[in-house]
Amino acid sequence: MALGLEATLGDTVITTKLDAIINWGRQYSLWPYVFGTACCAIEFMSAAASQHDVSRFGAEVVRFSPRQADLMLVCGTISYKQAPILKRIYEQIAYPKWVVAMGACASSGGIYDNYCTVQGIDTIIPVDIYISGCPPRPEAILDALIKIQEQIKGESVLQERHKEYRGILD
Amino acid sequence: MKATALEKIQAALPGAACQMALEAVVVEVRPEELAGTLTRLKEDPACNCGMLLDVTAIDYLDYPHPPPQAARFQVVHTLRNWQDNLLVQVRTPVADPDVGLTTATGLWDSANWGEREVFDQYGIRFQGHPDLRRILNHWQFEGHPLRKDYPIDRRQICTETDSLEKEIRARLAEKGVDDATLKDINTEVMFLNLGPSHPATHGAIRILAALDGETILANVNEIGYLHRGFEKTAEQRTYNQIVPLTDRLNYCSSMLNNIAYVKAVESWLGVEITERARFMRVVLSEFYRVLDHLVCCAAFMVDIGGLTNYWYLYNEKEDAYDFISRLTGARLTSSFTRIGGMYRDFYDGWQSDLESHLRAIEKGISDALKLVATNRIFHDRTQGVCIMPAAAALSYGFTGPNLRASGVPFDLRKDAPYYGYEAFDFTVPVGSTGDVYDRMMVRFEEMAQSISIIRQAIRHIPEGPVNVADPQVSLPPKEAVYNSIEGLANHFKLVFEGVKTPPGQWYDSYEAANGELGFHFVSDGSGRPYKLKVRPPCFYTMGGFHKMVEGSMIADAIINLSCINIIGGELDR
Ligand code: SF4
Repeated sequence: MALGLEATLGDTVITTKLDAIINWGRQYSLWPYVFGTACCAIEFMSAAASQHDVSRFGAEVVRFSPRQADLMLVCGTISYKQAPILKRIYEQIAYPKWVVAMGACASSGGIYDNYCTVQGIDTIIPVDIYISGCPPRPEAILDALIKIQEQIKGESVLQERHKEYRGILD
Repeated sequence: MKATALEKIQAALPGAACQMALEAVVVEVRPEELAGTLTRLKEDPACNCGMLLDVTAIDYLDYPHPPPQAARFQVVHTLRNWQDNLLVQVRTPVADPDVGLTTATGLWDSANWGEREVFDQYGIRFQGHPDLRRILNHWQFEGHPLRKDYPIDRRQICTETDSLEKEIRARLAEKGVDDATLKDINTEVMFLNLGPSHPATHGAIRILAALDGETILANVNEIGYLHRGFEKTAEQRTYNQIVPLTDRLNYCSSMLNNIAYVKAVESWLGVEITERARFMRVVLSEFYRVLDHLVCCAAFMVDIGGLTNYWYLYNEKEDAYDFISRLTGARLTSSFTRIGGMYRDFYDGWQSDLESHLRAIEKGISDALKLVATNRIFHDRTQGVCIMPAAAALSYGFTGPNLRASGVPFDLRKDAPYYGYEAFDFTVPVGSTGDVYDRMMVRFEEMAQSISIIRQAIRHIPEGPVNVADPQVSLPPKEAVYNSIEGLANHFKLVFEGVKTPPGQWYDSYEAANGELGFHFVSDGSGRPYKLKVRPPCFYTMGGFHKMVEGSMIADAIINLSCINIIGGELDR
């Protein structure tokens, strides 16, 4: 999304240079909001603790307010009861924002193919990266982080991602 | 012993048909006799069932054999007399779920949430229940998922969260706060909602409090945000396939759930596991108990502002994953047990690995305790806070460390020992007042006791196989599967059809890290359970949460929530 000045500049050399600087900044200061509901959140705790140390990737400033975060990590099963809350919190995060679906449950419902479990959070909110595993190892979380960083590198302030997205609660 | 239990109950209830099912005395009553029977069981000093452990129901719609009763539904109340280790199940047929049964909320407080769950999952009403509404499923849900005619994949969207306004106002009225006080500018009540996605709730629980300043006047809680349909899913799977699902109940101590679950199946099958498997289960149970308490204590320390303690405790848990992943292949979700034994034996040299972890854990605990044991701030913050008296704790169905903190020395490992626990030398720590401090310190002491049990077990563990050599239960060795037709057929049948259990209904429980973890099965003789209900210790603890926090400060409610160790997977299943 355009921030201001560059919106009037259009797709010029200034914008692309700006993109490079802004993306560099965004890449290495992702502030995660951990939407932890279940077992996967325990593995996120491990990723954040000393041994795996998520701060090596500039993402250690875990925020508990969606207003201060730009990376949403959905760790755990999302039930239909939880879904409206997930959506609300996603909406409370300011742009630009990215979403990681951590684990089989968040990605696809996992082993819970039943009446109460959302079959993948991408039916509720747009997702950028999926992590496989039940639960994924902490290294996989770091891997997802690197993938997000790479994705950010190629983005432009002019493009709005997920504009067309419509979920089941929209 | 068993005969006397049966005789005792039969003597107290002369008209009722009593029989034994495993450890439990089963009483079958007609709906109109239920209230009288329950009252008798609670109040007759010979029965003295002070705890209502669980309420659940069974839907016999699809039962393949002639069902044991004519009515479609049956409601089962599971009671316990903890002093004399009496376990009683009262089974009542329900012909018309809309009429249902009389409530037991007047006798035990735990009936409140238990009956709400039965109503939610089976649609059976309880006459006289003060607040009969859904508990696990969302308020827009239609139908009752555990009924056999509800398809497992009929999903229902929830668009909005329940406001809980009616409930909190009712609770305020109960506490004697009337509308005039609510409107008065000087005593204006503030409503504060915490969760379900809030750092203090450690998962997905919703706490709504009516505050006067910082003091909680009334509190209601909403759970079910992590309801994942464990019980319905389990009905579709063979007994061994359920083991991975049990990992995800209390995911801080997955192995304890694995063990508790297979023990429940084995006791009905009458399978005696090998001596070595028994010791393995003791070692691993106690190790996971320690890990569970470590996480609970670590999280608690964060909530009271002692982050250093968190690292002392949590880092040891993180290190223990080395041992666990080497043993089970996974860090968190162990799935290490099988009906009839274990997935595999310990690896060579496990003793020294385990011992070094135990030493590290002991050091972590002692470092953490050094910072808090004689720390005035810690004492002021936790002593006399959120007290739960023993009588109330029993009535709400508390078990495990939370019950023992209130001074009730009930521990299944002592009172109904299994796996040879009676041969181990350990004590059951109890608290004196039932405040936050007691709940924390009981956990610290239990860790020390568990470590001592592990050391004793390591010394005495015998060599031998870890699986029973029964082709009806355990998979044959790989050589037999590849080289003989019998082995192949045996393997095939066990994997595809599952371990067959005799038809019947039973309850078996285990002292898990959080308290009594029970499994209630109904078998139709096939390799899949007809019904499987978990009795999660957390569920009933959470049901008494408002009792502990009303009258305390909001900050005390936060630390109280972390000291009772609510784990979403087990709470909501
Ligand atoms: S993916 Fe597996 S570990 Fe993660 S929340 Fe789901 S069940 Fe738990």
